[in-house]
Amino acid sequence: MRDAYLSALHHLAGENKNILALISDNGAIVYDKFRRDFPQQYFNYGISEANMVASAAGLASCGKIPFAYTITNFLTMRAFEFIRNDVCLQEMNVKLVGTGAGFSYSTLGPTHHGTEDIALMRVLPNLVIFSPASPKETYKAAIACAKHAGPTYLRLGTSKEAEIYNSDYDFIPGRGIILKEGCDASIIATGSIICDALEAAEALEKEKISVRVVNIHTIKPLDGELIVRCARETGAVITLEEHNINGGLGGAIAETLLENGCAPMFVRMGLDGAFCKGYGTRAEMKRMNGLSPEHIAAKVRDAVRAGSKAGRQ
Amino acid sequence: MTGLENLKNIAAKIRKELFITVYNGGGGHIGGALSSVEIMTALYFGGVLKYDPRNPEDAERDRFILSKGHSSTLLYTTLANAGFISAQTLATYGKPDTRLGGHPKIGDIPGVEATTGALGHGLCFATGIALAAKLDGKNYGTYVLLGDGECQEGSVWEAALFAAQRRLGRLTAIVDYNKLQAMDKLCNIIGLESLAGKWKAFGWDVIETNGHDIAQILNALGGREENHDDAPPRAIIAHTVKGKGISFMENEPLWHYRLPNKEELKIVKTELNISDEELI
Repeated sequence: MRDAYLSALHHLAGENKNILALISDNGAIVYDKFRRDFPQQYFNYGISEANMVASAAGLASCGKIPFAYTITNFLTMRAFEFIRNDVCLQEMNVKLVGTGAGFSYSTLGPTHHGTEDIALMRVLPNLVIFSPASPKETYKAAIACAKHAGPTYLRLGTSKEAEIYNSDYDFIPGRGIILKEGCDASIIATGSIICDALEAAEALEKEKISVRVVNIHTIKPLDGELIVRCARETGAVITLEEHNINGGLGGAIAETLLENGCAPMFVRMGLDGAFCKGYGTRAEMKRMNGLSPEHIAAKVRDAVRAGSKAGRQ
Repeated sequence: MTGLENLKNIAAKIRKELFITVYNGGGGHIGGALSSVEIMTALYFGGVLKYDPRNPEDAERDRFILSKGHSSTLLYTTLANAGFISAQTLATYGKPDTRLGGHPKIGDIPGVEATTGALGHGLCFATGIALAAKLDGKNYGTYVLLGDGECQEGSVWEAALFAAQRRLGRLTAIVDYNKLQAMDKLCNIIGLESLAGKWKAFGWDVIETNGHDIAQILNALGGREENHDDAPPRAIIAHTVKGKGISFMENEPLWHYRLPNKEELKIVKTELNISDEELI
């Protein structure tokens, strides 16, 4: 995802000199190409996220389009009030980019795992939130950030996410994508964990459980229409995110469903009111925290069975 | 009348109108607003800031950011005297449907360059404005007025480091150093001495001045006509008196945010030459 983002940023900077890359001392070499090709559009703010965010707002007030990039916890948590007051409240054209979504920093521990950022960003008015699932989608989301006149937050993993799209596709901000059709349940997910949802859905096919898999690449505005349709058509909804279940995608979907008079079998998967446990690869982290493909399949199976049982009563 | 006498008269007028605004509006952070009156007078009427109230969005204008946003009433009074808003608009402060908030918000009225109120934001925001000027080869200046208590915020020093590193020579930070904060003297809470030494150590050119002597303030704000683009940013430490101009408010933490009672009001009216008709 990181390379795809940098590729998009490189493209954008070449087209418009007002596109600026602001970073907070991230990565020894990852910005080398950008720095070499656009030295006048590259600013390392050092380890000072609050200043970087508010300074980005000041730049935007003068017509610049700054992409302020750092590890998401340092961005969305350390600098939260600066995002609120300087970027969102003043509707400045700042593009916030957070890396390390979910467990993507694997062994680095909970200080580096972005597991509350969606909740924090979702509550802020005027902010569009993209949470792409793959490198290809990251590229398109970064371009969409630049096209949107106003504040955006782009939630990224790191460097090892799999590609889920075999060919080009239309990325429409605010519109979810059905990656796999199904009729017994819907897994509605965000971010690269969608791969695990696809794997779980494939395994469940062998048990004659037909699972729809939906990619929500835009957290805000949320595709309420698609979510309600999935609930009505499949009867069970399982939300999935590498994030706390409180306030994140699951919370957003719960709000949407209830406000639309929709009450399907409903399960939120993510960190259940806890910080993540353990140290390991990203796959191991998911397993240790109840978010492996097997865990997902089990939750879907239970939801479908509970749903059909309820239907018989 | 000399130019300086004229400026003193303007400062006296702003101080009086500031009090009337706060009093008629039902409240405001009066103490810190009073301590910055001469600084604002020098900036807006002493030939420092380039601005045109008929064209407040002019790309070439100097930018002023009130980082100590709780002194909003002083900003509004100054903007009214500078022609950005009318006296009638100023009189709406504290009334229903006013556009003049307890802290300034961008877009509400012309002349407000940033939304402030939470301390420690204005200088950070200003580093972006000053950096944009440098990138675009513009020669406008960026001026920020900070409170001294505000300098207890870590983000102020993040911005200070960045501005010095980037040699944002057209950025000027003015610290209203009245040595009081909301609850007590700074030295009894988190002292800042040596404040000038701290800014120097962070890489800024530092000038200390009497913040109520307009000639001194103007002197501090002048003299940088050349080599702006490869100069350190500039900090002006303005030694002031919180509550300046109203005897019983001076140097009293109590008057950070408060309205006078009847007896106190009599003193204010005498000291600022306010008539009964001007108060409601």
